[in-house]
Amino acid sequence: MDIKRYDVIVIGAGPAGLSAAIEASKAGMNVIVFDENAKPGGQLFKQIHKFFGSKEHKAKVRGFKIGEELLAEADKLGVTVVLNATVIGLYAEKEVTVRIDDAICHYKGDAIIVATGAAENMVTFRGWTKPGVIGAGAAQTMMNLHQIKPGNRILMLGSGNVGLVVSYQLMQAGCEVVALVDAAPKIGGYGVHAAKVARTGVPFYLSHTIVEAEGEEYVEGVTIAEVDSSFQFIPGTEKHFDVDTICLAVGLSPMSQLLKALGCDMVEDPKRGGYVPECDEYGETSIRGVFVAGDVSGIEEASSAMIEGRIAGVAAAYELGFMEKEELDEKIAIHEHALDTLRQGMFTPKNRGKVLEKTEEGCPVSTNLLKKGYLTDEEVFAYPGVTKQAGVHPVMECSQNIPCNPCQDACPKGCISIGENITSLPVVVETAECIGCGMCVASCSGQAIFLVDESYEEEFATVTLPYEFLPLPKAGDKGKGLSRSGEVICDAEVVDVKSVKAFDHTSLLTIKVPKDMAMKARFYKEG
Amino acid sequence: MDRIKEHPILGETPEKKVVTFTYDGKEMQGLEGEPIAAALKAAGVMVHRYTKKKHEPRGIFCAIGRCTDCVMIVDGKPNIRTCITPLKEGMTVQTQYGVTAQK
Repeated sequence: MDIKRYDVIVIGAGPAGLSAAIEASKAGMNVIVFDENAKPGGQLFKQIHKFFGSKEHKAKVRGFKIGEELLAEADKLGVTVVLNATVIGLYAEKEVTVRIDDAICHYKGDAIIVATGAAENMVTFRGWTKPGVIGAGAAQTMMNLHQIKPGNRILMLGSGNVGLVVSYQLMQAGCEVVALVDAAPKIGGYGVHAAKVARTGVPFYLSHTIVEAEGEEYVEGVTIAEVDSSFQFIPGTEKHFDVDTICLAVGLSPMSQLLKALGCDMVEDPKRGGYVPECDEYGETSIRGVFVAGDVSGIEEASSAMIEGRIAGVAAAYELGFMEKEELDEKIAIHEHALDTLRQGMFTPKNRGKVLEKTEEGCPVSTNLLKKGYLTDEEVFAYPGVTKQAGVHPVMECSQNIPCNPCQDACPKGCISIGENITSLPVVVETAECIGCGMCVASCSGQAIFLVDESYEEEFATVTLPYEFLPLPKAGDKGKGLSRSGEVICDAEVVDVKSVKAFDHTSLLTIKVPKDMAMKARFYKEG
Repeated sequence: MDRIKEHPILGETPEKKVVTFTYDGKEMQGLEGEPIAAALKAAGVMVHRYTKKKHEPRGIFCAIGRCTDCVMIVDGKPNIRTCITPLKEGMTVQTQYGVTAQK
């Protein structure tokens, strides 16, 4: 039997695995990465939205671009990635069996880094097996990788960040999202992600879930109904929608089977998303030399997975004698700091399941945002990013403490301040003068920044909003202004459309609306 | 279902070579190298197989090769995951009934 040896074997070529391989390779180790897919990058190449975080986390860069950068870095270092290679066994003494084509190959490493990621959860209801019921990841795969519309009329189940982001992406692909439904009483994902869906007119049904997927051979409709606090259907609350697709975004579970099979100490931890290995701060499991990184060790974001990968790569290098203690400590300190900042704020894993009533600043948390997906016209003034001023100025409808600060660096005039703590809400610096360049609008990954000019004309104001749909309206187009809830509230005329490279595919639409609509109109629809 | 020709973020969809394959004996066209399931979806095919015992229809579910709901008979071989198998010129794709083709 032929056994090939490597210093480190990495399982999974997603954001965590590639990052681990990069660090291990930099330290001079002989690294091989296996991935069961035909292409590397894991789920990064399906993520076409701008990421949150800070500069060090590649904030405001779109996911697939981060994927390209990561692949280029791995390529440059000569990391070997074997694709269409499914790891089917992980054994004592760090032996790995891999199915490549129709053969089983054997490998042995001195260290193993498991970065297998997560799988989508499912829920069952009558008709859930019908063609047309798909996972949210399937929708992303079809539209963002293969340029096929997953459906024409779609109902989304699940209001976590995946459900919210994929709903928005479905609309970008030209699909109609008829409703966003969640059995939970409040929206699970970021308020800003919900708000950018709500303002296009998609209704949110919280405390609702699917009764039945209808249709003979495939989905032709869906009925939802309200549920009580013990998740039982309330009779008489049924609502029907004609749809051809039902998309499920009901969470992710770590794919930790290999680690369990190997005999690592495992734990059921709801805060980490399910059945996960016990591990220390370096990602080392109970078995020396076996590390984990990314979603397999706890469901988080791609941004944190990449940092965890780097930590595991560095730690493996130290353990195998490829790095001095001093260098290890230095590198780990940088990565730990980056990870810590990402893990701050309202959505940190340790806050999962908690009800927060106030922001770090003491602002009230909007219940409307949590239930319907948007801030009310009154609530919006409770946040430090929202001010009334003469002339053009930014209005930042950022109401939750999330780890993100690109807006602060985006403004060339210093109009926006977040400060040291990246989860702080952005504050308008009233002494600085806004020049209306729109850099902040395009830099906001949550699409929560608008430029408002209430002194545009005697009776009219302008609102500049981020726009990522086709067809792109032109200056002179006449249409309607939509409220935060997606309701038509006024006539609107497009007076300017800016699409420059620095905005990275976020166009800036400036619409002219009646003055009393300046703080209400937040989206534009033609017709 | 439609193909996306232009996308606000991803831009224009690059041209790919058109290939011909058969689906249950019917000639169809798809793009070379795209998953078989994508070509079928673009052609409006929703049902990939029927379960053995209850004869229930199944189609694309996860689209990443995990769930095996989309398996079909490809070039005579059953249980092929159409969502991750690239389309090639001249492929024979058949609806799967249980684990075989319809007699």
